[in-house]
Amino acid sequence: MDWQALRLSLALAAWTVVLLLPVSVIMGRFLGTRSFRGKGLVEGLVMLPLVLPPTVFGFYLLVLLGRGSPIGAAWQDLFGRQLVFTFEGLVLASVLFNLSFAIQPAQRAFEAIPTALREAAASSGMSPLRALWAVELPLAWPGVVTAMVLTFAHTLGEFGVVLMVGGAIPGETRTIAIAIYDRVQAFDMEAAATMSAVLVAISLATIAATFALSARFSARDSTRVGRRPEQ
Amino acid sequence: MTLKVAIRADAPIPLDLSFEVGRGEVLALVGPSGSGKSTTLRTIAGFWRPETGRVEVGGALWLDTAGQRFLPPHRRRAGVVFQEFALFPHMTALGNVAAAMGDLPARARASEAGRLLELVHLGGLGHRRPAELSGGQKQRVALARALARRPEVLLLDEPFSAVDRATRARLHDELIGLRAQLSMPVVIVTHDIGEAQLLADRMVVIDRGAVVAQGTTAEVMSDPAALRRMGLREIAAMLSARLVAQEPDGTTRLDTAGGPIWLPRLEGAPGQRLRVRILAHEVILSRARPEGLSAQNILAGRVVSLTPGEGPGVLVRVAVGEDQIMARITRRAREALALEPGDPVHAILKTMTVARGHVAPDADAGAARAQRGGAGRGFRIGGADPTGAGGSAPRAPRSI
Repeated sequence: MDWQALRLSLALAAWTVVLLLPVSVIMGRFLGTRSFRGKGLVEGLVMLPLVLPPTVFGFYLLVLLGRGSPIGAAWQDLFGRQLVFTFEGLVLASVLFNLSFAIQPAQRAFEAIPTALREAAASSGMSPLRALWAVELPLAWPGVVTAMVLTFAHTLGEFGVVLMVGGAIPGETRTIAIAIYDRVQAFDMEAAATMSAVLVAISLATIAATFALSARFSARDSTRVGRRPEQ
Repeated sequence: MTLKVAIRADAPIPLDLSFEVGRGEVLALVGPSGSGKSTTLRTIAGFWRPETGRVEVGGALWLDTAGQRFLPPHRRRAGVVFQEFALFPHMTALGNVAAAMGDLPARARASEAGRLLELVHLGGLGHRRPAELSGGQKQRVALARALARRPEVLLLDEPFSAVDRATRARLHDELIGLRAQLSMPVVIVTHDIGEAQLLADRMVVIDRGAVVAQGTTAEVMSDPAALRRMGLREIAAMLSARLVAQEPDGTTRLDTAGGPIWLPRLEGAPGQRLRVRILAHEVILSRARPEGLSAQNILAGRVVSLTPGEGPGVLVRVAVGEDQIMARITRRAREALALEPGDPVHAILKTMTVARGHVAPDADAGAARAQRGGAGRGFRIGGADPTGAGGSAPRAPRSI
């Protein structure tokens, strides 16, 4: 059992979720409530990682972020280490690769909020930010949570992109999915089985936690605003 | 606090209209669906920006396309009651009302929201979510939320269309009762001309984005040209009456200036003042007081005027005391009776033609009662100043 790889995977998934949460809310709301020229193009770009083979996506990221690229060079100048084959590079690749998982469920949730509710919030004197916080987020919350759960689970299991952009450097880029593959290559089926089982357990636990969380949230909503003692 | 509106636009529907609403005045925007009345309301609220337009409230410009001014909706003090209520589903009734009071200190919100819920007769239901409320209750919460904004303008967009007929009649009564406490201009959008007649002081009839007629409700409702689009069968007059007794046979006796009438059972206590909407095409005229007739409601009056229409009809105005009712009869009938202005005449009305939705409490009488703090169907606000001024008053938490 490669605990280091597991820790790395969890850290990667956590960072991806943390970075994508604001993107999910902002882009989800934007695409879910506005119509503008070129919206189809933006939605298509967001969808792209879903349909591209991970190795192809990883290959282009490798080219885009590699030492020879402007982005890679700028990163090297700034932080003194390269972007590809590092944990930071992996996080960036993971964020890009998960855009569709992070945005689409949130977009659907924001779309489902009737326009009249937004207008009611405005005519109740709520600024757009206040309306987002007090009305839209509580209603779109299940969609945003779904987006984050998908992102987390997807990151834990991602293989192709990680291998292309990160390689399999222990402690830096060797995630648990890569470690499982390594063990199978080495005919260590027992270790591979253990790690696979752990991954299954974590995935199940994530889903269970999501359900519990959303139940708690809907219970909290009913007590939060203007609760009165029962007569 | 006067509301002045002028709008011109080509899309999404052509619009070209202007009107004014005074303090405490109720204006009904009436027209068939697609005529532009909701778009007009949305322009006032700031949800829509026309190509050319101007919205002025008490001297402040909310919209002025010529001057590049557009006040965003959350900075306009417009209380809006939406067609499907648009209550926040994740908040309680009390929370919905409190949500519109973001400008008050948090502590004042709950008590003020509770007071507004009492005002709309929902005192004990503050802890319920919208999903646990009936249509009529949701509508009341929506009204309370609109008032919680302490609006400078109150906008009602087909506010009664999503409730059943019986509830609608009750909500009409309540809104009329509330009027004494509303000091801001009120604009109500409806396609139901009867509702407009019951509720509004003045009417603007819109068709395909243009004003067909505007004036006091009585003027518009007796103008066949104005009503041609809405249907001549909607021509009607309001007759004042006083509830006298609940008869054992299931009718209610009312006294009018032209004599007693009996209507299908109305709730209310003897002495209550009412207004009854009488449809012109339901009224029969007779020179002599008829005998042996099944219709029991015979009002004595005097012909004021006769207006021939484009078709076979003639619209006859009949003075009954200080009121005027109208009758649509044929030219043939007019000639047979040889009716001329000044002639005494009897107007006959079938009891069953007056539906419950055509009777409303008399707003002026209600206001007088509220100010006296007297009995009757209580529409008073506990502790509130009935003359309570609109939004910007400094002691605003107590006023609506």
